[in-house]
Amino acid sequence: MSLQAAEPLPSRRAARPIPAAPLAVGTFSIFYLSVIVLLPIAALTWRVVSGGTASFRSAVTNPEAVAAIELTLLLSAIVVAIDVVAGTATAWVLVRDDFRGKHFVDALIDLPFALPTIVAGLTLLALYGPRGGTGIDVAFTRTGVVLALLFVTLPFVVRTVQPVLGELDRELEDAAASLGAGKLTTFRRIVVPAIAPAMLSGIALAFARAVGEFGSVVLISGNLPFKTEMASVYIFGRLNSGDPAGAAAVSLVLLVISFVTLLLVAALRRRVTRHERALEGARKERKAPASPAPGAGR
Amino acid sequence: MSGSGRIALRVAVLGYLGFLLVAPVSLVFYRTFRHGFGPVWTALSNPDAVHALCLTVEIALIAVPLNTLFGVCCAFAVVRYRLPGFGVVNTLVDLPLALSPVVVGLALFVLYGRGNAVGDWLTGHGVHVLFAMPGMLLATIFVSLPFVVREVVPVLREIGDEQEEAAATLGSSGLQTFRRVTLPSIRWAVTYGVVLTTARALGEIGAVSVVSGAIQGRTETLTLFVQRSYENFDPIGAYAGATVLASLAIFTLALMTVLQRQRSCR
Repeated sequence: MSLQAAEPLPSRRAARPIPAAPLAVGTFSIFYLSVIVLLPIAALTWRVVSGGTASFRSAVTNPEAVAAIELTLLLSAIVVAIDVVAGTATAWVLVRDDFRGKHFVDALIDLPFALPTIVAGLTLLALYGPRGGTGIDVAFTRTGVVLALLFVTLPFVVRTVQPVLGELDRELEDAAASLGAGKLTTFRRIVVPAIAPAMLSGIALAFARAVGEFGSVVLISGNLPFKTEMASVYIFGRLNSGDPAGAAAVSLVLLVISFVTLLLVAALRRRVTRHERALEGARKERKAPASPAPGAGR
Repeated sequence: MSGSGRIALRVAVLGYLGFLLVAPVSLVFYRTFRHGFGPVWTALSNPDAVHALCLTVEIALIAVPLNTLFGVCCAFAVVRYRLPGFGVVNTLVDLPLALSPVVVGLALFVLYGRGNAVGDWLTGHGVHVLFAMPGMLLATIFVSLPFVVREVVPVLREIGDEQEEAAATLGSSGLQTFRRVTLPSIRWAVTYGVVLTTARALGEIGAVSVVSGAIQGRTETLTLFVQRSYENFDPIGAYAGATVLASLAIFTLALMTVLQRQRSCR
């Protein structure tokens, strides 16, 4: 028994019961991902590529397409900027503050993830639309689109920053304060650097979501070309008016934006994991000499 | 933080959430039931609405189990087996989260439409993907694909493989180890992933709208029914449909909260 347990790595490999299992599981996963995700994406890309550069260029330089893409990027940037401030403040309140009903508020943050986007658009239109009774009417305006995007992207920054803020060592902040740093300085120099990677990955996810959003903006924006028409709605309209090539060309632009965002998030995630591992290693080293050998007392 | 600053921040955050989330959603519930249950029931028992609800549930019932199976397999391939190339797969799995659903729909439209080898071959064999159930299913599976993987991967990493190794050393077979050792520890993560997948599947509109053609009474899901009702100046139908979807969402939310508490207890 003891010999077997003490044996080093090679036996682990041998102990793995069905070597066929990893192969089967891996093959199934690759097959599923290929059929569901990669094949359609490849078909879309191929459709654009085989159409030639000239046709691609004319499709994406069409003034209406340019206006839709520019508006999408502009509004997404505005939304993300608001999300960073509101999201960090919300995460801060949820972690550092304490009040009755805090758990309820915490659960509420996920509502936009659970609520169908068409319902999100409808609810905003019900209150801030022409018959809302608030005196505000954002229907068919850019403000309305921003509002819809704020609704659907609300959880991203909160949910990425919140856990990091919870893990943050408060001793550092206390030390900074005792050395005479003001509240803002402490926040800027101690807290922000620690939560920055989490913030960035929240920003990237929210941005990608805003750029591709359809359900919540389709009702509220009114889809007025050059005024409130977002890229995804433009693509939809092109397809319906019998121009799949134009739709595909603009789709490729969105696809590239999505890929870049994903790579950014993956890189950030790797950085955070590496950082965590380093921290854990340091903690273990610090603890190791003090702790007795495991099971020594028994 | 000093008392007044903290209170001010709290009020600001709660005000923002109230303005953006609570007020609009409560208003829709209020508007729907303002004249009692009667008109809502009439709107919901309209055959198109019933068909839309059934279709939505049907699609979710197929898409969610498939994505759950894939999610667990993919997480295993990424974390446990560390198969070559699965670092890339782990990133690619997130693509549906970052991609516009309309682009997803269009990609399916191109692949299974006329003029593409795959689409033409399938049509030649009598399989119609577009403007029919298979296309809507593929679209829903696509957009709800990442959630189980995303929930299970970190948990598998965290629990490590020591217990599984121990079980294997003691003579347990691969399947036994999975069922008796691994599954109990990833159970909550899988359940949470399933809840998120379901929510996404029920709420899908962009991709399904493109591939389904949104044919009233045939390929119209509940979200599409809400959109059409609103655009056709039938606010009662739209609000009734939205209330059903919102109730499902709030139920999901409650489930998510309970599950998360279960997980943090462990």
